[in-house]
Amino acid sequence: MEQIVNNSFKTQEYFVNMGPQHPAAHGVLRLLLTIDGEIIKNVEPDLGYIHRSIEKMCERDSYQQIVHLTDRMDYLSSHINNEAVCLVVENALELEVSERVKVIRTIISELTRLASHQLWWGVMGMDVGALTTYFYAFRDRELINDIFEETCGARLTMNYNIPGGLMFDIHPNFVKRTKEFIAHFKKKLPEYDRLLTGNIIFQKRTKGVGVLTKEDAISFGVSGPVGRGSGFANDVRKYHPYSAYDRVEFNEALFTEGDSFARYRVRIMEMWESMSIIEQLIDDIPEGDYLTPTKAVIKLPKGEYYQKVETARGELGVYINSTGTKNPYRLKFRSPGFSNLSVLNHISKGGKIADLVATMASFDFVIPDIDR
Amino acid sequence: MTNKEIQEIVNGFGEGIQFSEEESEFLNVIVSKELLYSVCSQLKSHPDLKFDYLFCLTGMDWGEELGVIYHLESISNRHNIVVKVKTDDRENPTLDSLSDIWRTAEFHEMEVFDFFGIKFNNHPNLKRLFLTPDWVGYPLRKDYVDEANMIVK
Repeated sequence: MEQIVNNSFKTQEYFVNMGPQHPAAHGVLRLLLTIDGEIIKNVEPDLGYIHRSIEKMCERDSYQQIVHLTDRMDYLSSHINNEAVCLVVENALELEVSERVKVIRTIISELTRLASHQLWWGVMGMDVGALTTYFYAFRDRELINDIFEETCGARLTMNYNIPGGLMFDIHPNFVKRTKEFIAHFKKKLPEYDRLLTGNIIFQKRTKGVGVLTKEDAISFGVSGPVGRGSGFANDVRKYHPYSAYDRVEFNEALFTEGDSFARYRVRIMEMWESMSIIEQLIDDIPEGDYLTPTKAVIKLPKGEYYQKVETARGELGVYINSTGTKNPYRLKFRSPGFSNLSVLNHISKGGKIADLVATMASFDFVIPDIDR
Repeated sequence: MTNKEIQEIVNGFGEGIQFSEEESEFLNVIVSKELLYSVCSQLKSHPDLKFDYLFCLTGMDWGEELGVIYHLESISNRHNIVVKVKTDDRENPTLDSLSDIWRTAEFHEMEVFDFFGIKFNNHPNLKRLFLTPDWVGYPLRKDYVDEANMIVK
């Protein structure tokens, strides 16, 4: 009798494709799932659907051109990506940019982070079944995009940074509109908490799901909000400050639970901190040139250069090996998404498919950032 | 810990380890491929060094030689080191995998295999990660030519 029951409920391992066109992947990410019933046995990412070989293109392009390619990696942190390349070129040339440039770069970086986290919050809710969040998030994100449009001329791929400074000065309305936005969003962010954070269904979907320990986070090179949700203190803005981050006060959002809910709370806290950073800087943007002119053809001195910045997803590193010509000999982008993805298999084994969706939402993948 | 102190410790890990601080902000350590695994595992386990965070792994084609550059940081001590390893075998370049020291190396080594064709011993799952399995050649090598898809100046 027992044998008959066992046989009739016998399950079999099989493969399921998740993606490349899966709504929860937010892009062309294909995961090969080995599953036994609902239980995940193995997750194998299959990448390259949006691979453009940006690193190879960089070996052909001048340093001014490379800045524009970085927009197309993590398109939600485009300004911060631009900044990374500009900083490494400026450091290599020992070019001092004005205080004005540093402050404006920092303000716009934090606005970019806010816009990125807002979008993440909207789709995180949507992925676990709360469709309303999407509309709340986009209502507020629209205001940031309007500020960008006025000052940078674009809403998503801004190309506002160039080696030596900024493409042009800020719009006369920039300070006023940024202040208006901060005043607006300070009232709206508690609404996010009321709508989603305290929701019992949301908490049950995310608490204890996709737990990542601190040791694993470090070993897998997991940076950004995902690492900080596991207690891995890795905020580049704190430990390797660049631009104007050394003169502002802010707390590093750090939680130790390591589950999807902790990662969620890190990003909510980061939104408060970003607003605080902007408030500290917006009132006295120093006077000065918005651009220190460089030569038309930039040649980096022979040597190796490395610069890391904190994007909305984590640590973006730019490694340049120059032989003294106008193109880099080798340029490597250490993208946060790629390293974060490497841990996905490790933490989703043994969980349910629905938990994988919640985990992926809390990782906030941008696929062009993984593929480059 | 200063670079000099780190250099003294690392120098005891094996014979023929070269050091360089020129043209770079980090302390560069150049090891032979035979010593790579033992030096790296000691870099992580040595109580004064504790390089536990591999934040960047770069494949490299120096022209004659292929190789890998490892950027390491210690989270508790906040110091950095760069490890470089080279191989002059372009036909069948082989290095030891470090994926059981730093787990993130597993993914990054797949990327290096994909673009540079460097094979890693003891890697759990070495395969093409971005490109299709039937792709011919290794695109980030300097001698790679693809007339259809590349603009060659």
